[in-house]
Amino acid sequence: MTERTPARERRAAGIRRGLPFGIAVFAIAVSFGVLARPLMGLVAPIVMSVVVFSGSAQFGALAVLLAGGSTAAAIAAGVLLNARYLAMGLALAPSLRGNALSRGAFAMPLVDASWASASRGDGTFDPWYMVGVSIPQYVGWVLGTVVGVLVGSRLGDPKALGLDALFPAFFIALLFEEARGRRRIVAAAGGAGIALVLTPLVPAGLPILAAGAAAVAASRMRRL
Amino acid sequence: MTAVWVLIVVLALATAALKLAGPLTLGGRPLPASVLTIVELLASALLAALVVVETFGKGRSLVLDARVLGAAFAAVAVWRRAPMIVVVLGAAAVTAVARLLY
Repeated sequence: MTERTPARERRAAGIRRGLPFGIAVFAIAVSFGVLARPLMGLVAPIVMSVVVFSGSAQFGALAVLLAGGSTAAAIAAGVLLNARYLAMGLALAPSLRGNALSRGAFAMPLVDASWASASRGDGTFDPWYMVGVSIPQYVGWVLGTVVGVLVGSRLGDPKALGLDALFPAFFIALLFEEARGRRRIVAAAGGAGIALVLTPLVPAGLPILAAGAAAVAASRMRRL
Repeated sequence: MTAVWVLIVVLALATAALKLAGPLTLGGRPLPASVLTIVELLASALLAALVVVETFGKGRSLVLDARVLGAAFAAVAVWRRAPMIVVVLGAAAVTAVARLLY
């Protein structure tokens, strides 16, 4: 996709790219709905998926509540888990045109898979393509949550169904497409190493943000 | 129950703020070349960290459980160029079967 391709075509291409993500996200959202229902009731999990639209933050906050943690602790976990959006937003910013309102409108659908897919590989992003990739994911996320709270415990234990393995599988698929070339593989290996070392040491979410340091380090290496 | 709604509203606002901070403060200005190189590498680093946390993380500890087998399936499936849906649902199926057997 070049900048000359019309917006509508770029968005449509993004939607096609996002369809398999949407199905995966649907399955993840079902497990969120199942897990959230006993604690949050019928309506709150659905509203949460509509307005927060973030798997990691929603699961993270829910995990804190399920473990008996306070609301403040749940909020802190969710915010930390989403802190990477600050870095992703900063990366996306120069690719957005127009006034603040339109730039904001393009930034809101930002999620991991869309951001990674819309990367042109030279540090710039295709905003219309990114919006397209997000559309099936948003639909899948909200619909999946609805199905999850409605079906609830009749589906059985999400862990027994292996639904917690959907997340790593999803990110492995994204990583494989992204990490091409020696410098990126070094950045990925460094990010994985940082996450491994920091996970037992600092609150959840921080290790993912700290992994950004691997990108800085890899960008400074001369011989790669 | 009020606490749940407070959680939802605050998380929604905080997530929006994190996404909007860059685009609203930086505008459409181009980044310096050195920063662009970092941006180019950021997705690889963050995605790899997400893989580690989602495969081995359990709160603030690292654990080896059936998710590892699911993730291993996903890695092989991705390498063999299986479609996304096979990758993720296959990973769930492998993990579910592993939990059933042990």
